[in-house]
Amino acid sequence: MNIFVIIPAYNEEKRIGQVLDDLSVFSYRLVVVDDGSTDNTAGVVAAYPKVTLLRHKINRDQGASLQTGNQYALGEQADVIVHFDADGQFLASEIEDMVKPILEEGYDIVFGSRFLSKKSKLPFLKRHIIFPLARLVNRLFLGVKTSDPQSGFRAMTAQTAKSINIEQDGKAHCSEIMAKAFEQKLKIKEVPITVIYNRFGQGMGHGFKILKDILFSKINK
Amino acid sequence: MIYLQILLTIFIVFILFKLFLQKQKSQISLMSFLIWVLLWLVVLVVFWLPDSTSYLAAWLGIGRGADLAVYISIVVIFYMIFRIFVRLNKIDENITKLVRDEAIKNVKEK
Repeated sequence: MNIFVIIPAYNEEKRIGQVLDDLSVFSYRLVVVDDGSTDNTAGVVAAYPKVTLLRHKINRDQGASLQTGNQYALGEQADVIVHFDADGQFLASEIEDMVKPILEEGYDIVFGSRFLSKKSKLPFLKRHIIFPLARLVNRLFLGVKTSDPQSGFRAMTAQTAKSINIEQDGKAHCSEIMAKAFEQKLKIKEVPITVIYNRFGQGMGHGFKILKDILFSKINK
Repeated sequence: MIYLQILLTIFIVFILFKLFLQKQKSQISLMSFLIWVLLWLVVLVVFWLPDSTSYLAAWLGIGRGADLAVYISIVVIFYMIFRIFVRLNKIDENITKLVRDEAIKNVKEK
C-alpha cells in the first residue's frame, strides 16, 4: 500500500525537522513541497535521505503546493494521499486514524476535525467567532456540512486526488476541497484529530482573504 | 474652455496616431483598433459639442448630458477592471502551472 504524505512548507526551517523526525518513524512516503522558501527549509529537508523534496521556484502558496504534491504522488502510483502541515500542529501518529476509514471502510476522503471529541487547544476567538462564521459561509455558499470548516489534515484515495483538482492556490483550498468533495458526492468522513497551536495561525485577516477568494472564484467561473 | 479643448484635441490626435502605428505593425487587431478609434472620436465630439450628449441623455431619461458621460464612464471602467481581474487570475494560474511542472520535473530523489 503506497501511502504518500504531502507536506507543504514555506519558511519552516525551525519546525520541519521535528515534523520529519516524527513522520520518519512510520513507513509512509514523505514528500515535502518547498514553496519558494527564503530560509533554509530545503537544506533541512535535504538531510533526510528518504524524503522527496519538490521545490517551487517562487512562492505560490499552500493550495498550489498541495496540488503539486498530489500530482507528483499520482505519478508515483500513490494509493492514498495525506495532507499534513509542516509547522508541527498535527500528530504523525494520527495519520493512521485518518487512513483507516479509506482502507477498511471504503471512504473516498477523510477530513480531520478539531471539534469531534478530542481536545484541541483552540484560541477563544477561533472557537467562538471565526469558526462558527466560517462554518456558516461553507454551508451557505458551498454546501459543505462538516464540523471543522478549515481542516488542513486530510486523507484521500488516488481517485479522489485525480477528481479534485485544487485550483485555489491560497488558503481557500480547504473550502475548495470540501466543496468539491460534497459536489462530487464522494464518501466523506470526519475523524477527530488533535491540533497543537504553536501560534495563532491564520487570523481574522486571513479569514477575510479566504472569503474573498471563494467569492471571486464564483464570479470567475 | 477653448484651451482645454485644444489641448485635448492634440492629445487625442496623438493617441489616434499611436493607434494607427500599432495597427500598421499588426500589434492590435482590426476590431480593437476600430473600437479604440471610435471611443476617442466620441470623446472628441463630446468635448467640442457638450450639448450633443444632452439629446441622448434626455432620450434615456437622464437629466444632463454630463451625467450620462459619467455614468457610461463608470460602467466602462468597471467592465475593464473585471476584464483585468479575469486576466490576472489566468496569468496567476499559468504561473502556478509552470512552477509546478518545473518542480515535479526537477524532483530530487535521493
